[in-house]
Amino acid sequence: MGEYFNKGIEAASRDYLKALQSAKLIKMVQSCYENVPFYKRLLDEKGIEPGDIHSIDDIVKLPFTVKQDLRDNYPYGLFAVPKEKLVRIHASSGTTGKQTVVGYTQADLDHWSEGCARALTAAGATKSDFVHVAYGYGLFTGGLGLHYGAEKLGAIVIPASSGNTARQVQILEDFGSNIICCTPSYALVIGEKLKSAGIDPAGLPLRAGIFGAEPWSDNMRLEIEKTLAIKAYDIYGLSEIAGPGVAYECSEQNGLHICEDHYYPEIVDPDTLEPLPDGTFGELVFTCIGKEALPLIRYRTRDITAITREKCACGRTLVRMSKPKGRSDDMLIIRGVNVFPSQVEHVILSLGMEPNYQIVVDKEKNLDVMTVRVEMSDAVFSDEVRGIEDTQRKLCAALQETLGLSAKVHLVEPRSLPRFEGKAVRVIDNRNI
Amino acid sequence: MLIKQLSIFVENKAGRLADITSILARKNVDIRALSIADTTDYGILRLIVNEPEEAAVLIREEGLTVSLTDVLGISIPDEPGGFSSALRVLADAGIGVEYAYAFITPKKGKAFVIIRVADNDAAVKVLTDSGIQLLEQEDIFSYNGS
Repeated sequence: MGEYFNKGIEAASRDYLKALQSAKLIKMVQSCYENVPFYKRLLDEKGIEPGDIHSIDDIVKLPFTVKQDLRDNYPYGLFAVPKEKLVRIHASSGTTGKQTVVGYTQADLDHWSEGCARALTAAGATKSDFVHVAYGYGLFTGGLGLHYGAEKLGAIVIPASSGNTARQVQILEDFGSNIICCTPSYALVIGEKLKSAGIDPAGLPLRAGIFGAEPWSDNMRLEIEKTLAIKAYDIYGLSEIAGPGVAYECSEQNGLHICEDHYYPEIVDPDTLEPLPDGTFGELVFTCIGKEALPLIRYRTRDITAITREKCACGRTLVRMSKPKGRSDDMLIIRGVNVFPSQVEHVILSLGMEPNYQIVVDKEKNLDVMTVRVEMSDAVFSDEVRGIEDTQRKLCAALQETLGLSAKVHLVEPRSLPRFEGKAVRVIDNRNI
Repeated sequence: MLIKQLSIFVENKAGRLADITSILARKNVDIRALSIADTTDYGILRLIVNEPEEAAVLIREEGLTVSLTDVLGISIPDEPGGFSSALRVLADAGIGVEYAYAFITPKKGKAFVIIRVADNDAAVKVLTDSGIQLLEQEDIFSYNGS
């Protein structure tokens, strides 16, 4: 039985939660209708008025929102508040170079930070702990999300950001980090560095880690726990909803508790969009019932998971989701960066090459490595190695620019990659996640 | 004054060279000279053959990437310093050599060299001016067996 950050919510009765969610949904739909032309049009088209929403159960009457809607309304078209109420912008990588932009009011930041504070508390963090944030700081929500969560908790934040692993190790040793937050792959990189520096992790004050922003397996959890001599906790989130801390693991590690007082989850069939009963795997959909700046209605996350409302042995009543076991679209998460095969295709076409390609993702030394295999075409062939290397370099640079991620490029002979009559299978993911 | 070279993209996989050359063998294409530029992942096979246009069509039909490249062919004395003096002419004119490969001919006392430069016209001029013999496609094959 761990501590709570906000017991009144985290262990509230289901009835109380439902009443809270109902009130918030009614208010949210009203705000969307009045302040977001996109939603007014969508609701009008469906013949729904805010007055038709009486409780959280009416959520099934509402239309869905998808990532493309954010792109179509880039950058601020879906915001529901005037600029003077906004206090922060974040963004995540999107297709063809366009980012998905999200905004927050002070209240939104407070709720987001509380989600992270709940996650930290559930992982055993206290006010007296040093919380080492080794997620990247910047437009990416990882760094600042955990940063403000740790401050909200009243812990001592070490804003290390990601990279410079030797310095991370020095901080662990000299500053005495108790809790570390980063991507699971980076945790393993830090673990390797400790090992090569001859430092016994068991001798460090580090007790636990909170890892997210990319999918990871139970095997990886065991490996992290072994290499860092800690307990490893999962955290889930996406910038469209808030960032990390939308859901988090407790000491039971039997699913992730969703902050359903702010982010209401549903599971739907990704093909029919019909709601599915608890315990059935389907696509996770969130409605940001407590969000002011970007109140998304029934946002399709594309993550495949199942939820349960059974009370957890930890005492929390908040609904739990299981670790996402896949995607209902073809998005890949590589080193925390969202990658769509269509982005890769766009880059290849823009260089005058044929769109015959394959994306291979491997784990090398615990880091995701992406290789793009492209068939050589007449347009870029040269009788000189220099000319071909030049093409490879251009492809690498364009991929880096579009994806925000470095990728290897491997040129192969024409007709050597598989051809597809139906849906093309462009991705070979060897990471076993 | 130029020679057509076949340039073929070849992945580094066991048996690829055998596959490609067997395509040519089946159609009786005569390979007189070759070189391979190799990197970790792929190679560029460069061939001088008797019927380059026809050979290119055959190879393309097999789904390979192939191009016809205009290269210089020179005939030099098969003796120490022969190649060096030809290269000196190009170097003095500021013409860089991208790649070159040589082959011995049955013609006694002569060696043939294929040279790839960026500016063929300039190279032809300085080589001719220096009295170096440039080869035509037919020259390479007419010496056959003689």
